Amino acid sequence: MSLSTSSKAPGFGALLLRGLLAGLIAGLLAGVFAYAFGEPKVDAAIALEEAAAHATGEPSHHADELVSRDGQRGGLFLATALYGAAMGGILATAYTLLRRRLRTPSNTRAALSLAGAALLGLVLVPYVKYPPNPPAVGDPATINQRTISYLAIVVIGLVAVWAAVVAKRTQPSEWRQAIAAVVGFLVVVVVGYALLPNISEVPATFPPDLLWSFRLASLGTQVVLWTALGLAYAALLSYSGRRQATQPERQSVTA
Amino acid sequence: MPKLTTAGQLSTPTVSPRLLVTALAVVALMLLVTYLVAFDQGAVSRSGMFLHELMHDGRHLLGVPCH
Repeated sequence: MSLSTSSKAPGFGALLLRGLLAGLIAGLLAGVFAYAFGEPKVDAAIALEEAAAHATGEPSHHADELVSRDGQRGGLFLATALYGAAMGGILATAYTLLRRRLRTPSNTRAALSLAGAALLGLVLVPYVKYPPNPPAVGDPATINQRTISYLAIVVIGLVAVWAAVVAKRTQPSEWRQAIAAVVGFLVVVVVGYALLPNISEVPATFPPDLLWSFRLASLGTQVVLWTALGLAYAALLSYSGRRQATQPERQSVTA
Repeated sequence: MPKLTTAGQLSTPTVSPRLLVTALAVVALMLLVTYLVAFDQGAVSRSGMFLHELMHDGRHLLGVPCH
């Protein structure tokens, strides 16, 4: 390839720093969403858990708790901020390595596509197979198996997105590209869903509407995180682009 | 398909072996942070259990399996 390096291109460090910052912002925003919409559901589920423990005569969690409920509510922001920053770092690395393979002249479009791919592969594909559960749902004895299955479906989700891109690029015309992308994606997802074990550990007594609203809040948290991450990263990239690139030819071609 | 543009519009460094190694190290570090936030079950250490409890709500709401 004759793509010579530009002396103006920011290095990996600069791209990474922007990713970490974008991730921190996105994580905090996701934390705000989760605090507003998710915490009430977590509280309700914990109340059920405590009530069930009382009924069976088990010692309450309160006795030996390491972190108070208020501490856990604060820890929520720590968790989403750290998770967001880590995802931002990974997004920035993917951007650095894949930018030249994404066939678009627009940096914004490239950043948003990568974040969208992550939302699809890392969040939506796993969500359908293994929807998140509130406290009081789930058998502690199966946590290892559930974690492995969850990681497997995350990998399958990413492979499915990759398969969609590969399949798309084999086709000459746009409508055939679109069909090939969908077929490539679905083949991987369906095979993955079929191979991985089903997990259904929701107790019959757990209120269905609480389960539904918890899962919606969890989905919202992750959608907020990835949407904000994509937008913030694109914004920070264009900011850096504007500052160093005083070159006048701002390309307005949209792919 | 739009043509890949001239160098000035590409805003990433060229991918060299050195960059790949750095990138790999960064991803490993990011995954370690993700592990601590989302997957450390605290079976080994008390501080592990502390992290688990501290970030408990985030785990649930980020969709990761928890207890």
